[in-house]
Order: sequence, then structure tokens, then C-alpha cells
Amino acid sequence: MKKFKSEIKITLREGILDVQGKTVENALHSMGIPEIAHVRIGRFVTTEISAETQEQAFEIIDKACRQLIANPIIEDYFIELKEI
Amino acid sequence: MKFGVITFPGSNCDHDAIFATQSCLGEDVVNLWHKDTQIPNDIDCIVLPGGFSYGDYLRCGAIARFSPIMKSVVDFANRGGLVIGICNGFQILTEAQLLPGVLLRNTNMQFICKDVWLTVENTNTPFTNLIEKNTVLRIPIAHGEGNYFADADTIKRLEDNNQVVFRYANPQGEVTDEANPNGSINNIAGIINEKGNVLGMMPHPERYSDKILGCDDGLVIFKSIVNYINSK
Repeated sequence: MKKFKSEIKITLREGILDVQGKTVENALHSMGIPEIAHVRIGRFVTTEISAETQEQAFEIIDKACRQLIANPIIEDYFIELKEI
Repeated sequence: MKFGVITFPGSNCDHDAIFATQSCLGEDVVNLWHKDTQIPNDIDCIVLPGGFSYGDYLRCGAIARFSPIMKSVVDFANRGGLVIGICNGFQILTEAQLLPGVLLRNTNMQFICKDVWLTVENTNTPFTNLIEKNTVLRIPIAHGEGNYFADADTIKRLEDNNQVVFRYANPQGEVTDEANPNGSINNIAGIINEKGNVLGMMPHPERYSDKILGCDDGLVIFKSIVNYINSK
């Protein structure tokens, strides 16, 4: 059995109002940095996975993302996987 | 009839729901624990109460959805049993996909705790059958994530099928942008599933279930459930 490390980036889908990002953007503008726009805030999750192959590890973490770690109605997720 | 009120770790409106159904209406109520795996056979209606199940970790309701009892709740709902999810209960129902859509962060980023007024858009449901048409209910909200969102097709389907049950309105019953506290699409405050046996709503009817609490506008929802079950 091999061990893998996954790094998962979860972001709100484009087109869904990110109120947290918007609030931070407004604060940045108040700070005097008007150059920054389109602030979006997401989550970052890391896990370790035991699996025989990288493909199997990907299947496991992809299912976990679909069912729990992300909500596909509003969020996109990106998985990076490497053996450790 | 018999209600079953589920307590998750972090639920904080379970006792209010028990108060509304047991003390105010005199109905039987069983308090169920999230680790229970069976819903007793004699339960007619399950209440998923408000609160912060699992500390709202990950997303509101996301972890509660995988509580041992939720499998039975899904089966119960699929068999036609009545389920009402209030506030966090509504969030759990969307995560469990018993109801479509999702509750996003309020557009003003704040936790909002205040009275709102609701129009009752569909009085032909197990949860609203005793409410007269054009009634405006005054019910409190208390949430940080109550901004109802679904894709355009889903919203159209909800509207076409009369599945939007409650909308945020002003005290005169006019559905306006100003009366929308959290940014919900079409001022949606509560929806029902296609079959009509699962209701989710952000406002807390159990908190306004007795005049001594300042208002009892919420009681009619529980009375409607009792009426529906008793006249079956």
C-alpha cells in the first residue's frame, strides 16, 4: 500500500456572489489599493490517502470531494496528488 | 400524533421545537439523538431543529447529513413521512439533497437575528393547510447563512410547481427587495420538495409558538401538521 498526499483547493463557482471576497475587496480599496479587483475566497484542504495506485487514490479523494468536502452546486474543487 | 425532534451535537432549538409541539399543542414528542439509527415506527413528523450542528464545520449542515440517523430520515422522507427542517435543519436538508439548492452566506456578511414577515405562497401543503390565503406571518430569523441559492432551472421548477412556500415580505405582505434580509433569490424563505412532504425554512416558527414569547404566529405551522396527520 502506498501513501499519497492530496492538496485540494475549493473555490466558489464563477457567477456565485462571494460576499466574503467582496467585503475584503472593499476593505482593500479603503486601504488605498484600488488596483486589486475580483477577490474570491476559498478553502484549502490537505489529506493523506492510502491506496495501491495514484489512480485509485484520485478516485477515493474525488468521491470524498463530490460527497462531502465540496458542494458541487456552488463550489469547484481542484485536486493535486503526490506520492509520499 | 407524534413528533420526533432530532438533536445533533450543536443543535440549540431542539427544546424550543419540543416546547412548541408538546407544551403548546399537547402532542406526543420523542427526542431523538443523532446517533440513533432507527426512527420509531409511530413517528408522524420529524423535526430537524435549528442550531449549529457540528459547529457549522466545513459548510452548515454538511457533517450532520452523515449522522447515523440521517439515513433513516432520508428513508422516512422517501416513504412519504413528513419532515420539517428549520434554519440549520433546512441547511441539513439541502446538504442531504432532500431539498434542492443551498444556503449561502447572507449578502451583508452579518448574522441576522430579527423578526421578519412572510407571505404564505402555498397554503395547500401539510405544513400550511390551516393558514388562510394572504396571511402575513411574523416569525424571527437568526442565521448567518440563509441566502437561498439554486441555479436558474431549479428556481424555475420551484416556482412553476408552487414549491416556494414562504417569501420574505414587509408587514403589508409586499415582497420587496428591502424586505429581503439575506439576499435569497426571489425572497425565498422556505421551500417544499416536489412530493410535498419535506419543508425547509430559515425562519423559526417554534420561537413564536406562544403569546408569552411575544407572538404565536409560528404555531399555525405545527397546528397544520397535526391537522394534516389527524385528517389522513
